[in-house]
Amino acid sequence: MSVLQEMSPNVKHMRQLEYAVLAKKAILIREELKQGVRKPYKDVIDVCWGDPHRAGIKPLSFVRQVLAACLYPQLVNSDKLPVDVRQRAQRLLQECCGGSVGSYTATRGIPEIVQRISEFITRRDGGAPSPSENIYISPGSQWALTNMLKILVNSEASTRTGVLTPVPCHSTTTLSLEGLGAVIVPYYLSERQGWELQVEELQRALESAKGVCNPVALYVINPGNPSGHIQSRKSMQEVIRFVSEKRLFLLADEVYQECVYGENSEFVSYKRVLAEMGPPLSDTVELASFHSASKGYMGECGLRGGYVELVNLDPAVMIYIYKIFSKDSCAPVLGQMALDLMVNPPQPGDPSYPLYDLEKQHIRTALVHNVKKALAVLNSLPGFCCQPVEAGIFVFPRIHLPPKAIQKAKEVGLKPDTFYCSRLLEEAGVMVTPGCEYGQKEGTFHIRFCIMTPEDIMEELLKRLSSFHTQFMEDFS
Amino acid sequence: MSQEAANGGSPRGRVLTLENMNPNVKRVEYAVRGPIVQRAVQIEKELKEGVKKPFTEVIKANIGDAHAMGQKPITFFRQVLALCSYPELLEDDKFPSDAKNRARRILEACGGHSIGAYSASQGIECIRQDVARFIERRDGGIPSNPDHIYLSTGASDAIVTMLKLLVCGEGRDRTGVMISIPQYPLYSAALADLAAVQINYYLDEEKCWGLDVAELRRSLTEARKHCNPRVLCIINPGNPTGQVQSRQCIEDVIRFAKEEHLFLMADEVYQDNVYAEGCKFHSFKKVLFEMGPEYSSTVEMASFHSTSKCYMGECGFRGGYMEVINMDPEVKAQLIKLVSVRLCPPIPGQALLDLVVNPPQPDEPSYTLFMKERTAVLAALAEKARLTEQIFNTVPGFTCNPVQGAMYTFPRLNLSQKAIDKAKEEGQIPDMFYCMKLLEEEGICLVPGSGFGQRDGTFHFRMTILPPTDKLKFVLEKIRDFHLRFTQEFS
Repeated sequence: MSVLQEMSPNVKHMRQLEYAVLAKKAILIREELKQGVRKPYKDVIDVCWGDPHRAGIKPLSFVRQVLAACLYPQLVNSDKLPVDVRQRAQRLLQECCGGSVGSYTATRGIPEIVQRISEFITRRDGGAPSPSENIYISPGSQWALTNMLKILVNSEASTRTGVLTPVPCHSTTTLSLEGLGAVIVPYYLSERQGWELQVEELQRALESAKGVCNPVALYVINPGNPSGHIQSRKSMQEVIRFVSEKRLFLLADEVYQECVYGENSEFVSYKRVLAEMGPPLSDTVELASFHSASKGYMGECGLRGGYVELVNLDPAVMIYIYKIFSKDSCAPVLGQMALDLMVNPPQPGDPSYPLYDLEKQHIRTALVHNVKKALAVLNSLPGFCCQPVEAGIFVFPRIHLPPKAIQKAKEVGLKPDTFYCSRLLEEAGVMVTPGCEYGQKEGTFHIRFCIMTPEDIMEELLKRLSSFHTQFMEDFS
Repeated sequence: MSQEAANGGSPRGRVLTLENMNPNVKRVEYAVRGPIVQRAVQIEKELKEGVKKPFTEVIKANIGDAHAMGQKPITFFRQVLALCSYPELLEDDKFPSDAKNRARRILEACGGHSIGAYSASQGIECIRQDVARFIERRDGGIPSNPDHIYLSTGASDAIVTMLKLLVCGEGRDRTGVMISIPQYPLYSAALADLAAVQINYYLDEEKCWGLDVAELRRSLTEARKHCNPRVLCIINPGNPTGQVQSRQCIEDVIRFAKEEHLFLMADEVYQDNVYAEGCKFHSFKKVLFEMGPEYSSTVEMASFHSTSKCYMGECGFRGGYMEVINMDPEVKAQLIKLVSVRLCPPIPGQALLDLVVNPPQPDEPSYTLFMKERTAVLAALAEKARLTEQIFNTVPGFTCNPVQGAMYTFPRLNLSQKAIDKAKEEGQIPDMFYCMKLLEEEGICLVPGSGFGQRDGTFHFRMTILPPTDKLKFVLEKIRDFHLRFTQEFS
């Protein structure tokens, strides 16, 4: 018998991603397209991931120029690159050991970069100090989140550790929780109220955990993924009071903070709200906030640069957090640099500023346009209903699937919304993910797709989706 | 009485404390970045602030980081990566055509033609194919399936992933993992984190840190009394010991793993770092297949490699892979779940790995420079290995095995009882006491042997052989002088 047959039960209990079904199909379809097989579409529009570049958004020139010069320092002397790019690269290289992006860095990250992140946080949050010792750069924010969960989740205890997690919630976090043997305690965001977080629902969720597990933390995503909702200050204050009262650790995933476009919508960080609430809350609520270079206008998912800021943690625990991060060595240097460029972009007056600003505005304009268009189209299609999207880079419309479609899905062994997505991929060459991947109220179905794409791609996507959907609803009526 | 207590609320203590945090975390140590390094960083700060010390810089010989010590990156690799980062440079005629071709091919395989897009969690497919072909070439044609290759965020990530997959069971049934003593402390840290049972097998210092199957057997028999041993980890070439396993030894280990039904984990990140005459790197996979189908179709194994060591030394890219042999197909699905939590390994690291397994060929423009740089790096390392052994073996009280491979020396220190007692007084393990003193007096940062494991009553330190030759010589002599003083002081 294989040695590997006996394996970690935590790993066995991790669910398979629905995405796997679609990915397999997409590979086949792309292969067929390559071989010239005739299809009603010439390419697959892949909007499954929160991955702007995959969806067609171009990287920001300034960022890539600086990174290129850091990779190949000969370019620092090349007059083909703007002066501020060269200066930035030179400074960054000086901050690397041996002047090379190939060296390891300190565990938390290159100290000067960590310092600049700290300054960014302070600026963003209206002055609240952010000690460097509390910041850890990691290979993407999820890595840091997993490390924090490692500390929080005791899978050996007789009562399992629970973490309150939103429904819907992006899949990487829930997968990570399952892998650590934690109990996911779901709290349902209120779809009819634009996916609002209601504190009464947190209360209900906590109650439901009694006798089932030992809840230690509350995980919130703001701006929401996939929900696109942005919390009001009031709601955030309620959450803070809740975690304080119930003695929960607060995990705030804020990676979409740059993408806010709803009217009257404003991102405010949990750290800031906490600080503004003053003592005793501001001195006692234990908080981990996560940010990343993967989202926002940079969209540099592949560079794997993210960070966590820890607030009000026990210094004795911080020692062990350091150890957990240090055995991973350090985050990839290019990812660290991407973070640095994110928190310190070109300023007015800098030679690179005009182009940087132009590119950023272009992406933002596309995003705003796409949201409007997508919402208009989706809400005009019978069977679709989409809540307003204020922030983030996804739409998460609800689909009312006809009973015949649900039946057919059962027959082919797929969840109903996965079945819809599978058909959409096959017949229209559009790749989106089913709501079951993120969790949803029993009996409801959704799809999620990324709206941070070039405008023409969104137009094409919506065109294909509309015509597919109309046909689908007809076929299964 | 506080308002809270009056309201019947719990006393205001922290939510996350040492008492209620995951107890496994408490046992995690990683000496390579441990307390001595933290002190070294502090001293550097003090030097910057103008505090006077008997030295002007701290030499960090604690970590296997070649670039930090002045080794230059391979030009071709950096050219391709710069082109991948900013493809406008493809128009620049200062870049050679072979670099441009590689860059175009990599970008073609990236989502949206950008290194900023996620890849599949297992890694970019054409890169896995290139890795498979590299392995086939290296191993004399033995087939390698790209589907069994997993790119990772450094080899460490893949090692931890496999361990996470394998460790299970309760009480006496808990998975035991055999690791060498001394070992690279990622292993002990990962085992502590996963609450696996660490099973120590001792390398033989008298025999150049050789691995003896009899010792494996002794260790396993003992371990069976209290756990369920299922995994055997080997680092070849060794870290911190640098020994390069003979082919015979590798065969013996494979035979042992088969007999005892153990999963083999072969950490081969130093495979190009072989210096000693008569020593050669044999990949575990190659030896396995050459032992015939009785072994090659049954022994389950994972081999690990990385872009951090060898002649590239690109630690900061976090590039690596593992190849899994004879993996149960049902298990593959489980492994995919685990790697998806990581989303994907950094794309620049994947791209770099692609170049390492697909370097310039003799008919390509960049070949000459590439070979020149590669040869120079490996030759310099070989020279440093030799110099280190030579100087350290002139130090009375040091016993230094030849540095056959890897990047470190791990000499044994003869410490007097007086020194040991003094260390105890200070509340320190003797080799930590020694290394701390060396740091404070000479500004040289090493890692005490206790961080890697050693036989009871013996003391060592691990030093890298990476500083430039002149500086290395300086460091070796300083350590020799320090040791003589130390011996004198504690005689």
